[in-house]
Amino acid sequence: MTNAIEARALGKRYGRRWALADCTLTIPAGHVAGLVGPNGAGKTTLISLATGMLAPTTGTVEVLGGRPAAGPGQLARVGYVAQDTPTYAGLSVADHLRLGAHLNPRWDAAMARARIEQLGLDPKQKAGKLSGGQRAQLALTVALAKRPELLILDEPVASLDPLARREFLQSLLEAVVDQGLSVVLSSHLVADLERACDYLIVLIGSRVQIAGEVDHLLDTHHLLTGPRRDPARIPEDLQVISASHTDRQTTLTVRTEGPIHDPAWTVSKIGLEDLVLAYMSRTADAARRPALEVQR
Amino acid sequence: MIWLTWRQFRAQTVVAAGALALLAVALAVTGSQLVHLYDTTVATCQAHHDCQIAIGAFESEDTFLQDLIPVVMLVAPALIGIFWGAPLIAHELETGTQRLAWTQSVSRLRWLAVKLSLAGLVSMATAGLLSLMVTWWSSPFDRLGMNRLDPTIFSERGIVPVGYAAFAFALGVTAGMLIRRTVPAMAVTLAVFAAVVAGFALRVRFHLIPPLHLTAPLNMSWVTQTGSFGRPGHSALLVGISPNLPGAWVNSAQVTTAAGRTSLGPALPACGPNFTYSACTAAIARLHLRQVIVYQPGSRFWALQWYETAIYLALALALAGFCVWWVRRRVS
Amino acid sequence: MIEFHLNSRSGVAPYLQLVRQVRQALRLGLLQAGDQLPTVKDVAGSLAINPNTVLKAYRVLEYEGLAAAKPGVGTFVTKTVSDESVSTHKRLNLELAAWVGRAQLAGLDFEDMEALFQRAVRSAAQEEAV
Repeated sequence: MTNAIEARALGKRYGRRWALADCTLTIPAGHVAGLVGPNGAGKTTLISLATGMLAPTTGTVEVLGGRPAAGPGQLARVGYVAQDTPTYAGLSVADHLRLGAHLNPRWDAAMARARIEQLGLDPKQKAGKLSGGQRAQLALTVALAKRPELLILDEPVASLDPLARREFLQSLLEAVVDQGLSVVLSSHLVADLERACDYLIVLIGSRVQIAGEVDHLLDTHHLLTGPRRDPARIPEDLQVISASHTDRQTTLTVRTEGPIHDPAWTVSKIGLEDLVLAYMSRTADAARRPALEVQR
Repeated sequence: MIWLTWRQFRAQTVVAAGALALLAVALAVTGSQLVHLYDTTVATCQAHHDCQIAIGAFESEDTFLQDLIPVVMLVAPALIGIFWGAPLIAHELETGTQRLAWTQSVSRLRWLAVKLSLAGLVSMATAGLLSLMVTWWSSPFDRLGMNRLDPTIFSERGIVPVGYAAFAFALGVTAGMLIRRTVPAMAVTLAVFAAVVAGFALRVRFHLIPPLHLTAPLNMSWVTQTGSFGRPGHSALLVGISPNLPGAWVNSAQVTTAAGRTSLGPALPACGPNFTYSACTAAIARLHLRQVIVYQPGSRFWALQWYETAIYLALALALAGFCVWWVRRRVS
Repeated sequence: MIEFHLNSRSGVAPYLQLVRQVRQALRLGLLQAGDQLPTVKDVAGSLAINPNTVLKAYRVLEYEGLAAAKPGVGTFVTKTVSDESVSTHKRLNLELAAWVGRAQLAGLDFEDMEALFQRAVRSAAQEEAV
């Protein structure tokens, strides 16, 4: 199966600043992949490069084996819901469906109408008068009814209330099962992605920190607590993501493929949110001068 | 794509059609009355020896429309550029909807080409219809006035309004695309359009076709001004003429000596403080002065119209081409 | 048909939660042999979870012999748990009731009894693991 997104040394620079740097990753198809990171980390840049809205400064990116937005054929294979789910405020819901029908050869009109009905949207209502959640569902309908192979969403639920957020994700996942979609979904809230995604990419400071299947990431990252240890005396095979020390205790977030043998450590599982936070603190530490231990 | 362009352009088209229809009715009704009046009074005035009265009466008909039409013709292309051209791309970029439009299954090239062509054609058709109606309605007045080459009148007749509309539209689209905000793009479009049109009419139009030169002995009936200039004791003769070439557009009319020099020699006492008409004209006649007139004859009206329209259309096409090239750069 | 729920704070992997809920439903007799489990689409749609999570849970149930997938139709329960161990459970239930009575007489309150019970279960699990 061709990969959903394949990037090699992909980078985008604006003047002096690299919005995305040296990004090499392979997002497999058939997954719901989550792209997570703080605001300004480069998520929208990566997505803009993948949807053909931007051209790369360095490197290449391939989407479903083709160049992004290379032509009508390639455009038809990828659905996109941009940040703030743009819709035409002056066009009605029904107009948006007609737009989709005219501009997409593989448009599934029956599915689109059924979805609108199921969502309870009034076809004659102008999109500008819909609530945020309804607009997001409309944008999602337009993207889904074009029958893409891959759906890319940029922070689709960021500005929605919890109920609208849940309904959107439910809708999305039903469509994933129905259409056999691959999805790439970005968010700065890990909780949103935790349930829905089975593949995760952590993007911090314009760079990919880690990427992989969620189950694998959770299996290979652990929280270790134990008596206070000198940073130099921590075994080599443990890749330390973040560490904090008090005068008595050391707490580490580590990444390791194998089991942990040292009995001095208490090993516990780590949740996705804490995993991302560990990588964020690692990036923050690297940006500062070598940090002294945090005395608590 | 055609449907979408129409749907987004629907409101503007309806407004334009409504305005055109309104004007058409007004012009149709009054215009036919004017034709009738002209045929019955002015056309036969020479036989009745009442031309001055007939013409005066005719020219005071429908003065509201006579005053309104130049304003409408002046303003219409600019409005097209501002309200139809500027928002075409700027509105999409401002509201972010290009992220929806450019990720459906049509290429950006097709998206822009269809929008430009359809809206551009509607702009040109609107201007064309408007000009047709106005040219027809004004034809009796133009026949009387014989001044179709006059800069303001020329811009309001024939086919140049179509060129203006195309240019204003393309200019608006380009401004909107570069500036990415509708209101500033409107302002820039208006400013640039006004500058180009005014500059062209004043500086370029006259030279589109090499003008005619009329060099002849001074026609005394065309002399409008005699006098002198300079310091007392060193004053020079000044003679001014206003040529009467019906229908022509005179760019310069100079009085020269028989040898062709523009300085006519010392001031004439007969045309000085003790001026008498007969003495002064006799004195000037003795100098054997000549007149040099550079002008475009009225018969060149249509030739000038075609050239000017072609230039504006070419400008519009160049701008459109630039827009197509620019919009495909992946920098949004 | 049963309905699943998910506790995102429990620290237990989502697929395991689904498996446990099926096992619990079987124990309580809410599910019997031949009943259809909710479709992947329904579960993913109602819980907003990844379909692969549901598939994983159903695969575990298949491996444990509790369910079987019929391609194109759905996943069905193959074993009714309750009727097999009803008698064992009955006896254990009686023994437990007797123990609770004795503990009450000894002066233990409800929380003490719970703590004792949990410790016993944990140490048994640890012994098993070793």
